[in-house]
Amino acid sequence: MKTKHVATFGMLIALAFILSYIETMIPVMIPVPGIKLGLANLVVLVALYSMGFREAFLLSMIRIVLVGFTFGSLSTMLFSFAGGILSLTLMAVFQKSKLFSMTGISILGGLGHNIGQILVAMLVVQNLNLVYYLPILMISGLITGTVVGLVGALIVRSLRKYQPLKE
Amino acid sequence: MKKNDITLIAIIVVIVMIFFVFYAFQKETGSTLVVTVDGEFYQEYSLHENQTITIEDEDGHKNVFEIKDGVATMIEASCPDKLCISQRPISFNHETIVCLPNKVVLTVENAKTSEVDMISQ
Repeated sequence: MKTKHVATFGMLIALAFILSYIETMIPVMIPVPGIKLGLANLVVLVALYSMGFREAFLLSMIRIVLVGFTFGSLSTMLFSFAGGILSLTLMAVFQKSKLFSMTGISILGGLGHNIGQILVAMLVVQNLNLVYYLPILMISGLITGTVVGLVGALIVRSLRKYQPLKE
Repeated sequence: MKKNDITLIAIIVVIVMIFFVFYAFQKETGSTLVVTVDGEFYQEYSLHENQTITIEDEDGHKNVFEIKDGVATMIEASCPDKLCISQRPISFNHETIVCLPNKVVLTVENAKTSEVDMISQ
């Protein structure tokens, strides 16, 4: 890793951390277990496009551990890990396939995040009826994913203008 | 946005609609409220009896819910996010109120459809 790379990486982690904090202050309008705005996914998405999968994965995991210890608990961390890993895996696989633009990728990320969380919730409380939350979670993932994708595309474009992050 | 993105959005919307239609056909008023704690059966209550129930464990986790006129609502919880309190009151079959931090789940069930029936369906 070059120095510039390290600095950028640190900045992105800080950004993701702050966005997660802001998210905890915004009240959830639809009270469904596993629902999230996914603001921090914006940073992960930008990292995935401007730095690569490895960096994005590392960033996502570090963010979850930091946020888990500061604002959450071990059990919320478990949910975040499931959501984060499923979300990033989906995004990376479909980014390789080049089927979708950044918006499509971000939507898949939002879906993956919510679905991953509800799957773990089903395991934890041992109740299959939680599957009934799935459609609401899918819609919320679709909406937040679209917004994050559109904003992310703008950020990546202006980042490339100033400094290419990939070596 | 690419054309494929629009297709993806359309596919998701269709899947969600199929879910909703499927649920609408399944919707029927439930008769009992099954409470599970930590994934294990805790107690069963009739939705036809008005009552307020408090669940408390030795670690200080506390949940209070109310059954009134066939509808169950969570009214008090010791969890940090209080998501379960703001969840909608439940009265239809399969509806749930989940308190994830305390691992407490309230599920409306119909006496006719037991666990076995649900799996074989």
